[in-house]
Amino acid sequence: MTHAAYVFAAYGISALVIAALGIWILIDQAARKRELKELEQRGVRRRSQPKGSGKKGPGK
Amino acid sequence: MGSGMTDATPQASTLSGRLTALANPTRFLALADRLVPWLGAVALVILAVGLYTAFAAPEDYQQGATVRIMYIHVPFAWLAMFCYSLMAIAALGTLVWKHPLADVALKAAAPIGAAFTALALLTGSIWGKPMWGTWWVWDARLTSVFVLFLMYLGIIALTRAMDDPGRSARAAAILTLVGFINIPIIKFSVDWWNTLHQPASVFRLDGPTIHPSLLWPLLICALGFTLLFLTLHLMAMRAEIWRRRVIAMRRLSARAAERAAR
Repeated sequence: MTHAAYVFAAYGISALVIAALGIWILIDQAARKRELKELEQRGVRRRSQPKGSGKKGPGK
Repeated sequence: MGSGMTDATPQASTLSGRLTALANPTRFLALADRLVPWLGAVALVILAVGLYTAFAAPEDYQQGATVRIMYIHVPFAWLAMFCYSLMAIAALGTLVWKHPLADVALKAAAPIGAAFTALALLTGSIWGKPMWGTWWVWDARLTSVFVLFLMYLGIIALTRAMDDPGRSARAAAILTLVGFINIPIIKFSVDWWNTLHQPASVFRLDGPTIHPSLLWPLLICALGFTLLFLTLHLMAMRAEIWRRRVIAMRRLSARAAERAAR
């Protein structure tokens, strides 16, 4: 292998691992957000959440 | 935005007041929502600049083109130790101050730290083959970083072993603090033992020994990857807080259903 091939392999593996990490965190975020929304739609509230505060969804 | 942001308390202007305010997960979520897009964007811009300058920089007179691996290998190794140090501080936050977000920070950081440690090992190995003539040697630096990787895996397993996050928090914090002994061992392994891995060339008492033309791109890349790490950590913490809310709300609704059935 040439030196360039080693450099390419190192950058390629790094890009793959970091991309996978980012996508995994994004999927986790989206799934939790969806669960929270479902629970709120069913009228479940957290204890610390005042009765009249209405919708307090994750994020926006 | 959550309602937690609207009630400005008088002590919020002092530093301790601000730290206390941050202990409120709702306030933390609001802060993370505002920070993540900016932090992520700045990280990507700095990384782009860093990698561009890294490939524009001259090749090393001994290593040739393989010196380019250094621009990612060194930041990954630095993040492997930075992340663990951050987790050790979070462990203290759990054990000493009982900060409600400390365990969230520790648990969310572990997989990210493990990924960067694995990358430090992999990129180092890929550099080692053409430069040392071997993918791997069991010298003190490589072995201690491999131990760090195993520590990360252990902490990941422990933080996810129990359904109740409150119960695993203490165990994970203690394991993290015990494992922190490895961080100075990694840092000084190249001085204490005769290693194939080269000694420090950036953070030295007598100043860096890398030529500025190679050092600057390295520092920019390190900053970019650090900001990327912080962005990912904030996102993972946010997801973890939401996960715990879902668990708490499910428990509440199950209890309410039980009461209604009686």
